Amino acid sequence: MSLLKIDNIHVYYGAIHAIKGVSFEVNEGEIVTLIGANGAGKSTTLNTVSGLIKPRSGNVLFEDKSLLKVHTSKVVSHGMALCPEGRRIFQQMTVKENLEMGGYTRPDKEIPDSIEEMFTRFPRLKEREKQIAGTLSGGEQQMLAMARALMSKPKLLMLDEPSMGLAPILVEQIFEIIKELHEAGVTILLVEQNAQMALSIADRAYVLETGKISMSGNADELLHNDAVQKAYLGS
Amino acid sequence: MITFLSHVIKGVNLGSVYAVIALGYTMVYGIAKMLNFAHGDVIMVGAYVAFCIMYYLGINPVIGIFGAVIACTILGMLIERLAYKPLRQATSLAVLITAIGMSYFLQNMAQLIWTSNPKSFPSILPDSPIVLYENGAQQLTMTPINILTIVSCIVIMIALTLFISKTKIGKAMRCVSEDKGAAELMGINVNLTISITFAIGSALAAIAGVLLCSSGYANLSPTTGSMPGIKAFTAAVFGGIGSIPGAMLGGILLGLIEILGKAYVSNELADAFVFAVLIVVLLVKPTGLLGKKVHEKV
Repeated sequence: MSLLKIDNIHVYYGAIHAIKGVSFEVNEGEIVTLIGANGAGKSTTLNTVSGLIKPRSGNVLFEDKSLLKVHTSKVVSHGMALCPEGRRIFQQMTVKENLEMGGYTRPDKEIPDSIEEMFTRFPRLKEREKQIAGTLSGGEQQMLAMARALMSKPKLLMLDEPSMGLAPILVEQIFEIIKELHEAGVTILLVEQNAQMALSIADRAYVLETGKISMSGNADELLHNDAVQKAYLGS
Repeated sequence: MITFLSHVIKGVNLGSVYAVIALGYTMVYGIAKMLNFAHGDVIMVGAYVAFCIMYYLGINPVIGIFGAVIACTILGMLIERLAYKPLRQATSLAVLITAIGMSYFLQNMAQLIWTSNPKSFPSILPDSPIVLYENGAQQLTMTPINILTIVSCIVIMIALTLFISKTKIGKAMRCVSEDKGAAELMGINVNLTISITFAIGSALAAIAGVLLCSSGYANLSPTTGSMPGIKAFTAAVFGGIGSIPGAMLGGILLGLIEILGKAYVSNELADAFVFAVLIVVLLVKPTGLLGKKVHEKV
């Protein structure tokens, strides 16, 4: 059954037609990736799904319920969390406070246990518990952003460019964590410029090009597709 | 020496009033990222409401203050809802001009309701001074209202600091202050949070209004709030806008400079002196005394 279904959405920034009829779906238990060049509309798509931007037409269905009329701040309680581009952690709050905010919609008494879970998964964050988030390194900030998103116990975790600005070794680590989360039962929608890495862990993939989906299929097939290799893998 | 100390007490008293107003300014600026220039006029409305309850209805001052707090809380949320919320996506200049407009609107409404004749505010506590120190003919005294003003300022600052750092709503406010979009992704209702911020700021304005008028610094008229409002804004910038301890420090220093300037430099130039100090501080430390320069790692 499809957990998330995007049905022919059109998004505008003023007069600019940024997303021109994109449709795709994410089934329960999958890792699905959206790849594409800068400005193809990947982040816009994710921001539309999470309600930060409203589409002019089309529909976003989560577990067969439309999210279009749902206020942005209520989307997270439906069971999906976005780990936004550029991380957008709360720079002036401590690591622990950031995690608490991630669990904002959940009952207060469940929060300490969940924070402990995150510390087990991301031991580096435990060491930095009381530190102001803005002082963390890039990789640590990315981990914090992911942990913060996970604090809401989402069925669907959306990751926007988790590898951005990170050293190759950290990119490997982040992708390792994504795989672990997937094995733990979280469905993942991944947006990436690093097509190689994204395709290597994903089940299925969609290629976005100037606001439209130009190709889709199994991640494996796309990884070996000539056109994809030329355009995104540089070989 | 005793004369000097009594000026200091007066200065700290006036400064505490500025500090309470400045706390409201700094809260709203810190969280909604806008300068609410109508804040000073909310003070005036608060004082009028308290005045009406105490003078016309003859009910005791505690109820008067309580009534003023409730009226201003509602007024603050209404102002936000009607005037500022529709401009959430507009440029900050548009919001600023709206705030100035709102300020005149409140002044004119007050003039319509209460006329422009200044009213003398009844004192909310007995005027009998408490003698702190006596040396022959000279006495160092404090009035109960001095004590109430200074104590309430300290209590309010501590309570606000705890509220912002410990409570769930307080933390949500800090999230909204940093990144509204990310706050919404966490499930925080940004509009509600901003509304609560205005409610708190305006409740503080009501308290400040009563303290200001009953300390005898001003007669009650429709423009009573504007000068203290501007000075409290100065105090907030002076201390580092967005910082709660900064607003408190800035307010008290400003009150001291004003009173001591009046006493020892020139009665007419005291206000000019206050703003000159602000200019110097901002030249040396543009973020204000306790303002933090945020270092961000990307």
